[in-house]
Amino acid sequence: MIKPLIQRDHAQHPPAYTPGYKSSVVRSPRLPKLSMPSTRTEETGPVFGHDVLGPQDNNLVINYTGQSAIGERVIVHGRLLDANANPIAGALIEIWQANAGGRYRHKKDGYLAPLDPNFGGCGRTITDDQGRYEFLTVRPGAYPWPNTVNDWRPMHIHFSVFGHAFGQRLITQMYFEGDPLIARCPIVNTIPDPAAIDRLIAPLDMACAMPMDALAYKFDIVLRGTRQTMFENRPEGL
Amino acid sequence: MPQSLLLLPETPSQTAGPYVHIGCVPNHAGISGIYADDPGQSPFAKDAAGKRITVTGSVFDGTGAALNDVMLESWQADGDGIYAPYQGWARMVADAHTGQWQLDTIKPGPVGPQAPHIALWIVARGINLGLLTRVYFEGDDQLTDPLLSRIDPVRRVNTLIAQETDPGCYRFDIHLQGDQETVFLDI
Ligand SMILES: [Fe+3]
Repeated sequence: MIKPLIQRDHAQHPPAYTPGYKSSVVRSPRLPKLSMPSTRTEETGPVFGHDVLGPQDNNLVINYTGQSAIGERVIVHGRLLDANANPIAGALIEIWQANAGGRYRHKKDGYLAPLDPNFGGCGRTITDDQGRYEFLTVRPGAYPWPNTVNDWRPMHIHFSVFGHAFGQRLITQMYFEGDPLIARCPIVNTIPDPAAIDRLIAPLDMACAMPMDALAYKFDIVLRGTRQTMFENRPEGL
Repeated sequence: MPQSLLLLPETPSQTAGPYVHIGCVPNHAGISGIYADDPGQSPFAKDAAGKRITVTGSVFDGTGAALNDVMLESWQADGDGIYAPYQGWARMVADAHTGQWQLDTIKPGPVGPQAPHIALWIVARGINLGLLTRVYFEGDDQLTDPLLSRIDPVRRVNTLIAQETDPGCYRFDIHLQGDQETVFLDI
């Protein structure tokens, strides 16, 4: 059933204009957004069948060449929920990251650290009926980036997440508990609320670590919720 | 004390950054062999009913430069105004040199009182939260559209109307800032 989306709480998100992150200065809209209740356009969204996935899509350690990538092996797992804590099942999650040395396989990345011939850097999965997802990867390295003269990105994994509604679409980044670069990062610090930043930091999860194999980090993701009441009184299409 | 109304707060957004292509369109980024195809190459099957159209545009920053690292997603109804789960969604990336993107699709039908439109979602380095906007089409009846009728001042409605440059070919440029700033949506 298609349900109206709950209005987005912008206090959870970075504002558009964040001069500490210089790229935002000329790329941030300055006028107020047009607010209105969700319509069918935002309440519906694409569906991805499991048939799009290959068997190793969520295993970044081996999915590029079949040979093992270099680095600390880590499981990244968690649940995809909506604001009402309902699991979001059947949702596509895509991730991308630098290799263990902090280098991306991308023509624009010229960092000194070498490419790993066995690491591509992307993975994807579809959440199960409990909203759970899981990736096996290597811990990405920190890397320097041009902003002020000596800015470094903390270890992070980029996440692209679909819900059931196009209005729930989200891209974010996951950080690793204990990384001293998190507090210094201008991109992290675009988020004004420290409690919101904490929700991007995945704790070490020894209960899910695999002995003699891989550490684990747990990262739950919450998308916008929908209104739960049954009363629906509106013209078709709105 | 009354019962609690607490909702879980939404996970904060972070910029897609300059390397979004690795995760979302790896084959386009030159990372082949992991996914058979990049997702969202075409919103509709080749034999889907409806009028074929092309929407072309660029996303301009506050200095007037076209973003050459932007990624967009589109979501739309089919020619009859129906949202169907396995079609209607596409991903577009700007050309690395020109900054131009293109969507080959079907002209959507009206959705109830809403005039024909395509939702666009825009992410890139420097964009902290994906930007939502809509493409409407020059020449359609838009008088009853509930979104366009809310836009104030009225002259900004034009920022959401794609111009037909040739039959079936529409131009839709997005301006992140400045006199022509596109209307972005909080829906
Ligand atoms: Fe990154």
